[in-house]
Amino acid sequence: MAYSDKVIDHYSNPRNVGSLDKSKKNVGTGLVGAPECGDVMRLQIEVDEITNTITDAKFKTFGCGSAIASSSLATEWLKGKTVDEALAIDNMEIVEELALPPVKIHCSVLAEDAIKSAINDYRVKNGMPALEEAKSHH
Amino acid sequence: MLKLPIYLDNNATTPLDPRVLEAMMPYLTEVFGNAASRNHPFGWAAEEAVDYSRDQIAALINCDPKEIIFTSGATESDNLGIKGVFEMYSQKGNHIITATTEHKAVLDTCKHIEKLGGRVTYLPVNAEGLISLEELEAAMTPQTILVTIMYGNNETGTIQPIREIAAIAHKHGALFMTDGTQAVGKIPVDVLADGIDLMAFTAHKMYGPKGVGALYVRRKNPRVKVTAQMDGGGHERGMRSGTLNVPGIVGLGKACELARLEMAADTARLSAMRDRLEKELLTLEESYVNGSREHRLPHVANISFKYVEGEGLMMGVKDLAVSSGSACTSASLEPSYVLKALGLSDDLAHSSLRFGLSRFTTDEQIDYAINHVKEAVTKLREMSPLWEMFKEGIDLSKIEWAEH
Repeated sequence: MAYSDKVIDHYSNPRNVGSLDKSKKNVGTGLVGAPECGDVMRLQIEVDEITNTITDAKFKTFGCGSAIASSSLATEWLKGKTVDEALAIDNMEIVEELALPPVKIHCSVLAEDAIKSAINDYRVKNGMPALEEAKSHH
Repeated sequence: MLKLPIYLDNNATTPLDPRVLEAMMPYLTEVFGNAASRNHPFGWAAEEAVDYSRDQIAALINCDPKEIIFTSGATESDNLGIKGVFEMYSQKGNHIITATTEHKAVLDTCKHIEKLGGRVTYLPVNAEGLISLEELEAAMTPQTILVTIMYGNNETGTIQPIREIAAIAHKHGALFMTDGTQAVGKIPVDVLADGIDLMAFTAHKMYGPKGVGALYVRRKNPRVKVTAQMDGGGHERGMRSGTLNVPGIVGLGKACELARLEMAADTARLSAMRDRLEKELLTLEESYVNGSREHRLPHVANISFKYVEGEGLMMGVKDLAVSSGSACTSASLEPSYVLKALGLSDDLAHSSLRFGLSRFTTDEQIDYAINHVKEAVTKLREMSPLWEMFKEGIDLSKIEWAEH
């Protein structure tokens, strides 16, 4: 299968690989996917509690090149966004940016799920109500 | 200078040996006759070339030249052997025994037989990919007409106990067929000593051209017959009609001759390279060899790297042409059924690489492959949340994954 240049770039030079201290109150962690399905993404955000802005984002992904690129791109987009802006990220924006083929759309869905899951974790940790059931694509 | 990518997918197909091409060339050009033309020298020359090829093949597998039925390749040979026996011996019975790790050319043919009212037993394999002789014996019935078990597996290289299987089949009055696609030309295959009644094989896995193969059909003790699956001019003793692919057949013959002469040297060289590759890659933590290491084709290594994903791994080893245990081009993400049959979990099956070496593989290429795979696996693990969890001592099987 041919990968787009952007997927290859993110795969070869992934941005923001790593971990944040998940015990910190202002760090939200999302772990989505399953090993049997061939994709597991862990995405973490660190939030400035005063401005409600995401100051740092990290990921680790077990998956194909498109999954790695989707999560790498997501961390790039998250930094500097407010939590509400981050919630508005739609998987189709990732599909467009990375020119993902139809069989790889699930990678972008997983990245969106990972963002929502990380935000949810942050909210629950900080006494806010959990998000409505994250938009389900499956 | 090393030319990239490096071809290590020789179980899929091998390059044409230049000596084979040289033997074929006249038959692609001036010697163009139809081997069935009995009335003029053009036909005679073609027929002579075909007969010479039969001799070369017979010398490799120790059979009579008349026992070779030329086909378009191993898939056709598997089809002809299984369907042909099923039709020819329908008076005797309708039961066929095979194994779950066979090639699709055998499995799907058996599925077809079931639709026609036949009964098929699919024997399981153990963790090494070997069938159990006791289970085979227990599966035999008076209605069993055919046992078909492959010689060497295409994904793992595992070699089945062919002689013992043949003996059990014969004891119960059944024929024994083997798909010898990966074995013929790579290891000594002797149809007489092995007790093989039918055997499918092909040229392009042993440095010959694509589009030509053969079915060995025993002529005495017992005399085996198969019902033709293609009707027409009655070529190949009525078992396979169709004008013979003379240049292809010449190529198959030459490939068999070279294999017979060079097998011992090739085996020594390839198994040493394979063992070195394997030893080096197993220095990576959590890497496992799939299939039997004791009973194995000399040029094959199938290794799983835990906590990296198959398709990501394939992308990481882009300088190598290898196969993975993952069919990720489809959305279904089906892992290899062969590796699953060995008892591998989906994730280990997905993260496997199959290396198939050839006569043309060099030490320099193996050195490159070793470093390239090590780098890719290490990089992907650094990026893998599963690897991090494993390193922290977390039991991944205890985690409730959000199933996708």
